[in-house]
Amino acid sequence: MTVRLGLLGLLRDGPAHGYQLKRRYDDLLDPDRPVQPAQIYSTLTRLQRDGFVSVVEGEHDGSPVKRTYHVTDSGVQELDRWLAEPVEPEPHLHTVLYVKVVLALMTGRSVDDLLDVQREAHLVRMRELTGLRQSRDPAVSLLADYALFHLESDLRWLDLTATRVEELAARIARHSQS
Amino acid sequence: MTSTVSAAGHTGRRNDSAPAPLLGATGLSKAFGETHALRSADISLDAGELVAVMGPSGSGKSTLLHCLAGIFRPDTGQITYAGRRIDGLSDDARSLLRRTEFGFVFQFGQLVPELSAAENVSLPLLLGGHKRRAALAAANRWLSRFDLDGMGDRRPGELSGGQAQRVAVARAMVTEPRVIFTDEPTGSLDTAAGTAVLEAFTSAARTHHVAVVIVTHEARVAAYADRTVIVRDGHVKSPAAPTATSGSDESSRQGRTR
Repeated sequence: MTVRLGLLGLLRDGPAHGYQLKRRYDDLLDPDRPVQPAQIYSTLTRLQRDGFVSVVEGEHDGSPVKRTYHVTDSGVQELDRWLAEPVEPEPHLHTVLYVKVVLALMTGRSVDDLLDVQREAHLVRMRELTGLRQSRDPAVSLLADYALFHLESDLRWLDLTATRVEELAARIARHSQS
Repeated sequence: MTSTVSAAGHTGRRNDSAPAPLLGATGLSKAFGETHALRSADISLDAGELVAVMGPSGSGKSTLLHCLAGIFRPDTGQITYAGRRIDGLSDDARSLLRRTEFGFVFQFGQLVPELSAAENVSLPLLLGGHKRRAALAAANRWLSRFDLDGMGDRRPGELSGGQAQRVAVARAMVTEPRVIFTDEPTGSLDTAAGTAVLEAFTSAARTHHVAVVIVTHEARVAAYADRTVIVRDGHVKSPAAPTATSGSDESSRQGRTR
């Protein structure tokens, strides 16, 4: 899911070949785990099938055919829709949230807005859990606490991210120039 | 919490049933020298409502609280409490308002160390001219409501941090205020002690219909509130419900089924 939206976000920055997309994906969106080239190409094929990406076949020095991928208007809409909606608050979101922040920066969206929407989604869920934790059943109460602590960690990360957005933006800008 | 207590003293103090908020502010600005702590901030709260005020350090959230509570006078803007303007009141009038209508709880309870818990709680009543015996009786009732039975004779140094903070909440409630202002009330407490303090605020709002403004940087604290506003660069932002924000059909899978 994230690879799909990640590729749309990278293409929003400009048309690219498959191998360029893999390189940028690894560098910007998931530095810890290189994505498999096969996954890049299969995802691009699906994006093309869904009308979110178009392909231009080009010749390179007259020999092997190189494909350049472009994001379509509906691809841009799909990306914008995804960025505007909060992620379902649940533990272990960091990868998705991080990718959202990077893509928001790359596409000139307000990271503050994105973080606010996410913070509110988290708080709504945390209010529900705070109601549950007042249950007399310790199992219910403790499980609610467990979830509350994890969601709180996400929020701390969101707050820290808000203070370091400019650093991250500078890193992305350096990468785009290289 | 069971509703064994009545909210005596509140009848007749409200002269309306209009939908106007209990406390509202529009266009609040406040600068300290070159620093603009608040820039046209708006906020309102209703009786019985817990509102959390969040925001980064230095965003203006404490200044907002101090302006609403009449501690600072705003440079511009209007503050209305129970249907009347309070932003232009004299220092004395604001001081009276704070003593009679508002209650305060800060990060460190600021109890008087030489006095017992019950004496600390009774202090606002004694300052207001109540008789000592009646004031102590009221203090002990409030201690009991916050699970502090038998603690009335202890000095602050003999209480745990959580107990001391609940004594501070009891002291804030003893004058039966209509608004409680609190800034990082659980800041120095562990989770369990902090939870007991937050439940005391919840009880103040739910049982006694007090409006509670909690300034906090902790999401777990904010989760006790009915809603959260965010202060950033001196502006107040009231987040829309997330489901309303995204608006697309696909995002309606917000259900919690699993």
